[in-house]
Order: sequence, then structure tokens, then C-alpha cells
Amino acid sequence: MDATDMDATDVDLTAPFGGGTLPNPVTTASGCAGYGREIAKFQPLAELGSITTKTIMPYPRSGRPTPRMAETPSGMLNSIGLQGSGIEHFVEHELPWLAERGVRVLVSIAGERVEEFAETAGHLNGRPGVIGIEANISCPNVANRGLVFACNPATSFDVISAVREVADPALPVYAKLTPDVTSITEIAAACVKAGADGLSLINTLLGMAIDTTTLRPALASTTGGLSGPAIRPVAVRCVYQVHAAMRAGSMPTVPILGMGGIRSGLDALEFVLAGASGVAVGTTIFNDPSAPLRVLDELREALAARGFGKLTDAIGFAHHQGEMT
Amino acid sequence: MAHPVQIQAEIVEISPVGAYHRLVLRVPGIAERVRPGHFAALAVGGADSSMLLRRAFSIHRADPEAGTLSLVVSAEGRGTRELVRSRVGDTVDVIAPLGTAFPLPVGPLTALLVAGGYGSAPLFQLAERIKEQGGSVGFILGAATADRLFGVEQAQRLTPDVLVTTDDGSTGIKGLVTLPLAEALKAIGAEAVYSCGPMGMLRAVTEIANAEGARSFCAVEEAMACGVGVCMTCVLPVVGEDGVSRFVRSCVDGPCFDGSRIRWSDVGTIPADLHGAAAMGVH
Repeated sequence: MDATDMDATDVDLTAPFGGGTLPNPVTTASGCAGYGREIAKFQPLAELGSITTKTIMPYPRSGRPTPRMAETPSGMLNSIGLQGSGIEHFVEHELPWLAERGVRVLVSIAGERVEEFAETAGHLNGRPGVIGIEANISCPNVANRGLVFACNPATSFDVISAVREVADPALPVYAKLTPDVTSITEIAAACVKAGADGLSLINTLLGMAIDTTTLRPALASTTGGLSGPAIRPVAVRCVYQVHAAMRAGSMPTVPILGMGGIRSGLDALEFVLAGASGVAVGTTIFNDPSAPLRVLDELREALAARGFGKLTDAIGFAHHQGEMT
Repeated sequence: MAHPVQIQAEIVEISPVGAYHRLVLRVPGIAERVRPGHFAALAVGGADSSMLLRRAFSIHRADPEAGTLSLVVSAEGRGTRELVRSRVGDTVDVIAPLGTAFPLPVGPLTALLVAGGYGSAPLFQLAERIKEQGGSVGFILGAATADRLFGVEQAQRLTPDVLVTTDDGSTGIKGLVTLPLAEALKAIGAEAVYSCGPMGMLRAVTEIANAEGARSFCAVEEAMACGVGVCMTCVLPVVGEDGVSRFVRSCVDGPCFDGSRIRWSDVGTIPADLHGAAAMGVH
């Protein structure tokens, strides 16, 4: 590596994705960019590695009552509750618009039950624009007897197996995990064993805030998901731990899509150094809707400034200094 | 909705107006596309600010010649307090114009414009537009106290028909804007009411206007995180053209709505007939 004379435009950003690659590692985090139309006014979406859709269920869902949002230090709580018009509406009215513009789409799906994940996934086979499926088994705003699927290795395994079975073998299936567990590596290993081609780390943390004027919870649903830069150290830790488990051979190696409070190219680089092959920009989009493309440009510069000619050379680089225990 | 632009805008004026601050921003290329009812979303602080969510402000005045937008800020929260501590020459990240503007029929219209506090901000350029089309306007401007009224003199320059109310009677009629509303509607023969203010006020204004046979157009003040349509936090239950009620985004489908389409009594709940309510276990 030579840090002195590298031109950022020469950096090869090709990023591992499932068993293949994407032109670059940057995507949007589910729930933070809708189905793309709104943020397309601020950047050409086809220049991103992909966009990840808002999570889609088999049927229309109103989402939770308002207030659904509270600002917290360097973050926010949300309790949207997966508002959406369902998978049929998506494939008929949203996906074609993206496909026509050459946007690569990672479709985030969810269900109340295992069969609903599979049903939703089944609608995506053979659809132009779809490059993969992200199974959101960790949304804190969907009840599964009070627990999300991703809090338990067995239920995680069941969902990912069912989605993997239904989905076109050419479509990578990613499992999106919650950090609200004792051992995220155990859940990650169960998902990969079930056939996950990649792991999305992390979803929001369950949190709450109380309005000291009304003396009541700030959110109508009492609890919500905490996101934003406030959770970035938790997310980096999760990516590092799972990548370490892969390096140690205690689970098979699959690409990691890292996310949680990415606001700049240096934040994205932190995830790459921890072991992420891709990075998703989430809550920052609410602050800066042009952030995804900006983060990509800044990441390219940051790699060049450190002498990384290829993104893949930087993935997991922090582990070379010794393993965390 | 309007096609929004994100720019680093220079602050060219920041000055106290009663209990509020007027913030004037240089926004080349934006002002000419603003229509009354559009809003601007401002980021608070710089790239490392701990306050991530944009603050939304209705546009008080767009001046295409000067290339400026004027906003009215009430420094009540952490973000707005930081905004008003800015100085002339500082820059702020602005996205504008946003949202759906007030609907305006072509041709002459007699309209009553009603506001609570600084909710009046967008109504003066709306009044100018209505008058340019050969119509006429009246105003009812209300606030808790006299210093929380905004734009009474601007209204008086546009029409002799200006009523002022305060909760404490410190100026004008003692009471809410709804107190003289029905009578004022009849007095000027208003076909439409345009209002902006708290939800309770908008609901009451709509009920009175509709009872008097007038249309009611409301600009709502819902809490937003992004202002551009992606966060889904600012939703309201609204009856669509097809008769189906949905949670719609105040930032894209609003902030200006036909008040008769908002299900005021269901705000903050999931009514059983809302699109997708069954999936929430609401029957």
C-alpha cells in the first residue's frame, strides 16, 4: 500500500454480496428510504450499490398510531410498525419504477409468521431489479409473542430456511439481526446454517423515552426502535464479533452488510474495517437525503487516503491487529 | 408535491418579531417555485450535530427577485433555540419547497384566512395570490397573548376585514378564533376558509366552516423527522378520493389538506376501517 499517490477514482469498490458482487458497497437501510422515489430527487439511485426497500409484508398494514417518533441524543426512536401496502402493490407499482431506472433493489420482507415470510418472498422470483431478499426478522415493532424472531436461533433458522426454500436460488437471502440478544454470533450462525447468503447487522435497539411535560411515554406504542449515530458503537461491535467468529472458523463465512448510525465515509470505513462487505445508510437520510451517495464518495476518498486500492483489502482489516475475545 | 432542492443557504436576516424570530435565507433558484402552503425543512447544527431530525417551517414569504425565503421560528425546543442563535452570514442546510400547497381555484374567490399564533405565516402571500385573481379576503388571527400574534399589520394592509382574538383578552376579542368565525364567514360571504394552527383549532374551524357551507383547507402542524416523505412519522388518518381511509404523510400529501377529509377524532388511533388496520389486530 502506498498512501501518498493513490487517486480515489482508481479505488476498486467492487463489493461482495451474497455469492456475487455489487459495483460498490453502499445501500440504504430498510425503512429509511421508502421505496426510493423520494430520495431519487437527491441522487441517482443507480449509482448506489443497491437500495434496500422499506420492509414489505404480504398484506396492507396501517402501522402503529402516532406519535411514532421521538428525537434522542444523536438518534431517534421510531414506532412506525411496518406501514405499507403489501407485496402485490410493491411488485406492481413500486418495483417497475426502480427497475426502469437501473436501480439494484434489495427487498426487505417480513411476516407475522414463518409462512408469511415465505409467501412474500415468493412474489419476488424473476422480477427485474431485484438483486436479493433481506428477511427482517428483527423489527421491534412487530410482535411475535413479545419477541422478535431474531432473539432465538431456532425461530431465526425456521424463517431463513423457509425464505431460502421459496426464493430463486440466484437471489441472495440476507438475515437482518437485532443486537438485543446475549450472543449475536449464535443467531448469525443459525441463520447461515439455514442458508442465509449474507447477514445484515444491525436493526434498531429497543428503547423508550418519557415526555416530562405530559408525564407519559413519548411514543403512542410506549417502546420503539433506537437508531442513528448513538447506536454506531453497538453496531460496529456486532459486525466485529460476527466477522471474528467467521475468521475463527466457528461459522461459515458470508458477506456482512453493516449498518447503524453511518453518517460519513469514515463511519462506513469503520464498519468495513470491522468486517462488513457492504454498508447501509439509514437514519442519517432523514437528516440528509443525499447522504447515501455522499457516503459512497467519502468512503472512496477515505480508502484512497489510507492506500487501499480495493475495498476488499479493507474488509476486516481491524482484525489483523489481533482478535477480540 | 413540489420538486425539492437541498442547499446550504446563507442566513441574510435574523430578527425578533414579537415572541418569534424571522429568519431570511438566501436560496437561489428556489423562491420562484414556492406556492403558499409549501414548507422548508432545516437541519440543526452541522455534520456532527446531535440533533438529527429536520425542523419544518411553513414558508412565510418567498421573494424570487431577492432569491430569499422568509420563515417564522418559535424558539420553544432545543432545535429551534439553536437555530435562532445563528448569526447573519452563517449557513444552514435547507430543503425546499416541500409538501402540497394550499389549493387555489382559478378566478375570483372570497376567502377567510384563520390562524393561531405564528400559524399565520403562510397566509399573507396566499391572500395576495387570492387578490391577484380578483378575489377578496378576511382574516381572523388569534393567539394566547398579544405578543404571540403574528402579522396583524400585514393583514391590515391587505384587507379592512381583520379580526383579532386573544385567550387572555390582552388585545382584540377575548376568546378563541372560532368565537367570531361563523359570523365573520357570513359577513364577508366566504366560500372557503384557509387555516393553519394547532390540530384542535383546525378541527373546530373545519366543523364551523363546513356547517356554514364553506370549504375548509387546513395546513397541519404534525411532527416530522425528515420532511421529504421517507420516515413515515407524520401520518394522519385521511379519507381518500376513493372513500378509503389511509394513514397519509403530512409532509407529502399535506401539509395542506381539505379539512373535511381528515378524520380528526381518530388522530392518534388506528380506526378499524383504516386501510391495513386488520394487520394490526384492529377489527
